[in-house]
Parts: sequence; C-alpha cells; structure tokens
Amino acid sequence: MKNSVDFLFENLTKLTALFSLITLIAIMAVLFSEAFPAMQEFGFSFITDDKWAPNREIFGGYPSIVGSLLSTLIAMLIATPIAIGIAIFLSEIAPKKIKEPIGISVELLAAIPSVIYGMWGLFYFAPIIRDIFGGNGIGMLTAGIVLAIMILPFIAAITRDAMNTTPDMLKESAYALGATKWDVIKHVIIPFAQAGVIGSVILALGRAIGETMAVTFVMGNVHRVSLNLTAASTNIPTTLANEFAEAESGLHYSSLFFLAFILFTMSFMTIFIAKIYFFRKIRKNG
Amino acid sequence: MTAKRKRILVNYCALAFSILSAVAGIAFLFWILWVLVSNGINALNLDIFRFDGAPPGFAESGLRHALVGQLMLALGATVIGVPIGILAGTYLSEYGINSKFSHFIRDISDTMMSTPSIVIGTFVYAIVVAPMGHFSGWAGIIALAIMMVPIVLRTTDDMLTLVPQTLREAAAALGAPKYKVIIQIVYRSAKIGILTGVLLSIARITGETAPLLFTSFNNNFFSSNVNEPIASLTVTMFNYATSPYEDWQQLGWAAAFILTAFILGINILGRVFIQRRRKH
Repeated sequence: MKNSVDFLFENLTKLTALFSLITLIAIMAVLFSEAFPAMQEFGFSFITDDKWAPNREIFGGYPSIVGSLLSTLIAMLIATPIAIGIAIFLSEIAPKKIKEPIGISVELLAAIPSVIYGMWGLFYFAPIIRDIFGGNGIGMLTAGIVLAIMILPFIAAITRDAMNTTPDMLKESAYALGATKWDVIKHVIIPFAQAGVIGSVILALGRAIGETMAVTFVMGNVHRVSLNLTAASTNIPTTLANEFAEAESGLHYSSLFFLAFILFTMSFMTIFIAKIYFFRKIRKNG
Repeated sequence: MTAKRKRILVNYCALAFSILSAVAGIAFLFWILWVLVSNGINALNLDIFRFDGAPPGFAESGLRHALVGQLMLALGATVIGVPIGILAGTYLSEYGINSKFSHFIRDISDTMMSTPSIVIGTFVYAIVVAPMGHFSGWAGIIALAIMMVPIVLRTTDDMLTLVPQTLREAAAALGAPKYKVIIQIVYRSAKIGILTGVLLSIARITGETAPLLFTSFNNNFFSSNVNEPIASLTVTMFNYATSPYEDWQQLGWAAAFILTAFILGINILGRVFIQRRRKH
C-alpha cells in the first residue's frame, strides 16, 4: 500500500515536471503548422519583402522583423550603460543610508507591468520626443527609449547583485596598491562580475525583443522601414497586438503566425546563447 | 600631465558618469511612478467599483466588470498553474535532484519564462480560441496558467532545496514513506517560501496584457461566464488609454493605479515574508 502511494506520487510529480517541456514543444509545433500556409506561399522572401497589404493578400515581414531588431538595438544601447552606471552607484558609490532604499525601489520598479510604461510613454514621453525631434512623437525612437526605461531596473538589479559578490579582500588588495575607485571597478569588480553582467544583458535583450505593451502604445503600427526614427513604424509584437484579433483571411492569420514563429525563434536563440554562456562560465569557475 | 593625475581624472569622470546615470535613470523611474499616482488618485472614486463599462460620456461608468474579470482570470490561472508548478518543483528537488533530466527541465522552464507572452497568446488562440470559434475566459486562464507554471516551479525547486537534508533523513528513519516525508515535513518547513513564490507569480501574471489580447479578449459589460470574452484590467486599460475620449482615459489611469498598487503590495508583502524567514 505504502509503496503504491509512493509510486503514484513520484510519477504524478514527474508528469507535471514534463508540463513545460510539452507546452514548449507544442508551441513550436503549433506555430510552425499555423505558419505553414504562409511559408508555402511566400517562402524565404517573406523575410525580405517589405510590402504588407492585407487587402491585396500580400504579406512581407521585413518591416516588422527589422523593426524588432532596431527597437531592441536602440533599447539595449541606451539601457546597458545607464543600468551598469546605476549598478556601480548602488554597489560602490552610494552611502549606506540611501543604498538600501534606492536598491529596493529599483527592484520594485522591475515589477511594474509593462503596460504602465506604455501608457506613460503615450501620454507623457511621446509629446516630449515630438517637441524635440519633430514628427508626431510616435515611432521607433520613442518605442526604443520606453523599452530601454522598462528594462533598466531589470539589468541594474542583476548587475548590482553580481557586483556585490566580489570579495572585499580582492577590492581591499587593489586599494592597498594605490588603485583609484574606478581602477578597482574596472580591473577587479567588472571582471569578477562579468558573467552576471553579460547574462543579465542577454536576458534583458530577450525581454526587449518580445515585449509588447511597452512598445505597442508608441510605435504606430505602420509597415514601413524608414531611416527616420521619428516616423511611425512597427515591430513583430506591435503587428501581432494590432492585427491578430481582426485578421480576416486565412493567409493574413498564417502570416501573423509566421511572424510569431520568427519572434519565438529569436527569443529562443537569445536564451539559448545565455544558457551556454552561463554554463561555460560555471564550468570554468567550478 | 603625470600618470597619477590622469588616473585620478579618469576616476572622477567615470564616477561622475555613474552617478549621473544613476540619477537620470532613477529620476525617470520615479517620474513614471509619480505620473501613475497623481493621475490614478485623481481618477479614483467609489463609482469605479459600483459601475461597469459604459459608452464614453456616460456618468455611470466604472471598472467593476474589469475588476471582477481580472479576479476570475487570476484565480483560474492560479488554480491550474500553482498545483502543477509545485508538484513539478517537488519532482526536481526531491526525486530528480541533480539528474540530467532535472537540469534539462530547469533549462526548459527558464526558456518558457522568457518566451514572449504575446507568442503564448497566439499559441492559445490556435489551440483554444480557433477550435471553440470564439474568445473566452478559459483561453485567457490557460494562457496565464502556462506562464505561471515555470515561475512556481523554479521558486518551489529553490525553496525545497533550502530544507535541511537532516530533516528528511530524520523523518525517513522513523519509517515514513517518501511521499509523507515530502508532504508533512518538507512542504511544512518550506511553507512560507512556497507561499511567497505563489504570491509573486500571481503578481506577475496579473500585470500581463499581451497574452490576453486575443484569448480572453475584452468585454465592456459585466460577465461572470468563463465561456465568454472577459474583461481584464490590463486590456481595458489598453483600450481606454488608446481611445480619444477623456473620461475613458481617466478610467484607464484609475485601472493602472489599482493594478500597480496591487502588484507592488504583493511584492512588498513577499519581501517582508522572506526577511522574516531569514531572521528565524
């Protein structure tokens, strides 16, 4: 009797452990099969074709795909240095009294839902961009900056934690040799915390690629690739959020699933690279 | 300039940059919080809890439909997602431990956690909404539950690993079968940790919008039927905020404020729990 309950419990837990694996495989399979008609119709030129005209049944994913890469690039270029600056401030510069309250508020800000960032971007930030750079404030630049602000607390919190793990002994030895604070940060703390810093940046990249609500408000959903960053534009999540519930034809749906499949592949690759990177680091250190 | 001078100068420049970026970043973040609080408090009133959605311009409009809908979605996802997550975490920590399979499942969970939520929305659309022929609360619940499982799994795994091995051995030495050791000893001593993880995962899915856009969709009327489209605070916020009507935008800010207050409240509660645990 005892043994059979034990057997049941063990296998029940084992079965539930498979849940995420099964959903992950199912997501891949379902997205692929739903995207298949569009893949057949357009083939690889889907990725390079820049026309998106639902009324004429022409679908090219180029504007959305480039938009995703561009908005993520802008966000990372802005967020990474500032977030590392915040982390250095929190772990090395700030006096003890303000270290904790600011550290906690940064962590709490990471918990604020992205839809709030989007709403703030639409009502408060877009007008400022409009006044400074022209255009109507809606577009790639605004979306990239709002995205950057959203991932800022995320990178800063993890980077600070990684920097805090540097042993005091190492830092004190460097100071004893006459190093300035920046010398210590550059030659002791950053090399020591490197894995954590790069890991958090890659994870934030994965977040930024797939983020929907922070960008949908301020992107504009216009399918075009433009060097003018202040013009209304789109990326994959924005296209999906705006068109999925209203798509009419089968091919339109299938093309949207194709975009979702491409987005999924991008984020999957990102986390895969992060995992390999972490794994190598851990093996090296261990 | 001597090398020493140069080093000191570089030092000041670098530190100044770091302080400046910290001030700028934190100022932006507090600006957002301030916008949220000032607009939210302005828009808050009792009518919000008494009335449902209404066409723009109606005096008797509120968020009751969205609050109830949000509650149903979160509750449904919790009922499905939490047991699966806890049991799966139990397997990793108590049976699989350091096996290749367990590490593989941990990696898969991390991958699931960083899968874009809108992709999960399209997936649930394909497997639930399309076959049923209409948007429904069920679809939203399933999408949120899928997101919840890996979060609960990881925290359960971490919390159970913290339980001292000697406790398990002591119980096993008394002749308790393994499932009893787990349920009566391991769960009990990791109780607060697991509860905190569950609370945080609820906070996390409550803020999600993208997976609901084409699953539970939206509903401007009161509905407690899970088989129909259901309103949520987040999707309502999105629709109201992007509408051109001022009174709808006001309701959007009220929803944003309620949502954020709830989520930050849970996060602060979780912190208090964890700190109390550390003290013991």
